[in-house]
Amino acid sequence: MTELDLDDLGLDEGGHLLVAHALVSSERVLVRGRAENLAVDLPAWCRARGDRCARTDVGFVIERGPYQRTGERAGSIDRPVDHAPARWGLAARGARVEAGAPLLDLPLAAKSAVWADEAARLYAQAAAAQWDPATAIPWDAPVEHPAEVEDAVVQVMTYLIENETAALLVPARFLSRIHPHFREVMQLLAIQTADEARHIEVFTRRATLRRQELGLSTAGGQASLASLFDEPEFAIASFLLSVLGEGSFLSLLWFLRDHAPDLCTREVARLAAQDEARHVAFGLAHLQRHLGEDPSLRGRLAAAIERRHAALANTAGLNALVFDALVLLAAGDWSPASLRRGHAAVVELVGDMDRGRRQRLSRLGFSADEATALSALHTRNFM
Amino acid sequence: MSELILGAVAYDAKVVPIWDGFRAWFTARGVPFDYVLFTNYERQVEAHLRGDIHVAWNSPLAWIEMVRLARKHGRDASAIAMRDTDRDLTSVVVVREDSSVRSLADLRGKRVGVGAADSPQATLIPLLSFADANVEVEVIRHDVLVGKHGDHIGGERDAVKALLAGTVDAACVIDGNRLAFAREGLGPTRVVHVTAPFDHCNMTVLDGAPASVPRFRELLLAMSYDDPEVRPLLDLEGLKVWQPGRTTGYTLLERACDRFGTLDAWLAAR
Repeated sequence: MTELDLDDLGLDEGGHLLVAHALVSSERVLVRGRAENLAVDLPAWCRARGDRCARTDVGFVIERGPYQRTGERAGSIDRPVDHAPARWGLAARGARVEAGAPLLDLPLAAKSAVWADEAARLYAQAAAAQWDPATAIPWDAPVEHPAEVEDAVVQVMTYLIENETAALLVPARFLSRIHPHFREVMQLLAIQTADEARHIEVFTRRATLRRQELGLSTAGGQASLASLFDEPEFAIASFLLSVLGEGSFLSLLWFLRDHAPDLCTREVARLAAQDEARHVAFGLAHLQRHLGEDPSLRGRLAAAIERRHAALANTAGLNALVFDALVLLAAGDWSPASLRRGHAAVVELVGDMDRGRRQRLSRLGFSADEATALSALHTRNFM
Repeated sequence: MSELILGAVAYDAKVVPIWDGFRAWFTARGVPFDYVLFTNYERQVEAHLRGDIHVAWNSPLAWIEMVRLARKHGRDASAIAMRDTDRDLTSVVVVREDSSVRSLADLRGKRVGVGAADSPQATLIPLLSFADANVEVEVIRHDVLVGKHGDHIGGERDAVKALLAGTVDAACVIDGNRLAFAREGLGPTRVVHVTAPFDHCNMTVLDGAPASVPRFRELLLAMSYDDPEVRPLLDLEGLKVWQPGRTTGYTLLERACDRFGTLDAWLAAR
């Protein structure tokens, strides 16, 4: 029997830690002590734990009860399992999980469906690259272009905000369904939604720098974004949003970085593009991994593009409002020479978007012909 | 097998998940089971006598009420099970650590904070100690949810808060709550009196209970803390294992009821 002398330390002063510690390695412990309330506290503490406590001439003899807290390991800290069971719930990966916890509805529990080995690296990169909109953007930089060009900037910002809102809400819907065992993916999607929240903030702030009101949100644009919400499968939603949508969006942000008429807009676009590049990288990484394990996914991805194209066939097609706003924005003024230059730049942008999509499709294993055909079907709303 | 109906008092919102869980567990094991919640123990005891419920999860005071009411009506009550944590409790009278009070006698004429009027552990049993010692005190009650027999911990907590605020000179609480309150920062306090041990709740049945009662009891006593389905329920209800019921641990409370006439008017009206 282990002997423990608490001296004058009471159980209401932390003394229970010493008793519990002794009971881990010994089934019977003789406890002595001088604390005034020990004779009341020790039996009460033992009763609550299911231990036996008997007072003897030399102290209190405690016999450990049979009710120890046990549990199974929720995988190992550094490597996720292929299928995370619902019974692990919110437990940290690698924690010991007591049986009997409530079963949460976490349907995205297969590693093949969500995992990318790059997730941890991309998350760390994202955490290190967070920027403060208050200080990172030169909000006071001069805005000297004509009023109509400013209207074009506001229209483009209006369009960017609704696209970024979709880019926040679509991953957020999956975030709440991913088993937290895939911690790095959960963290990455969380920081991705935080990125989008920041983008919405800076685009709104830029739009209202010189104007009281925002531009027009088109029905066709919203129809295109709404179709992203209909996709129940994580892989397909991620493909449509991150690889195709945000991929094209990246070209648009680079275009704004290079052609916007004022420094503030150029910086807003440059910083947002840095974040979007990570989102595209994660989408590509986990889809490449998923395709490696399930090549049949490739057919489902192609079908998803075709389905979305068919669903959007009756919408207004090319978002003319945004196209024209981009031309004027890139032109910077109303002169024919500037408009010609602006128009050529936007045509080049559309070509860039197509090249980018084809390149990413080929990285996912689509042939050049397939990539060309599928890229052409991508929504003309860019996202 | 007809449905076995248990009565319990809703002293806390957690009562619903506890009995919902037990209902599913018993039903899955071939004992159709349901429960009815009451707002107070007196209503539960009367419903039990009427036959509206077959088993009652009774406080110690409700047990005595049931025994006495049953006897008055020519019936018999028995305790079939209780929690391991219902056995051999003590209540304590505590003072502030810097108090000069060393014994019950030192509290003569002083203000003593107790729990709800019908709390066995925080009012009736500790006040019996004062009465037995012929120490008259000014009793300051902390009536949180009367009718629930002190199941709600709020009355005891308020008594200790009053002690620490200096509005009473001593407070009466059950032994384990002194430690629990210390963890909440309600301390330090010093024990000046410990009552004799007493028992707390039990599962009560009356003579002529349904045939499913023995099977219900058997299943209850077989519940294992290692069973992941029942462990959360046992944790919520505050036990590790159900024990057979015993009725030897209620003499202190019976004596307190007799001494203070606690049940006289209630019993006479029924």
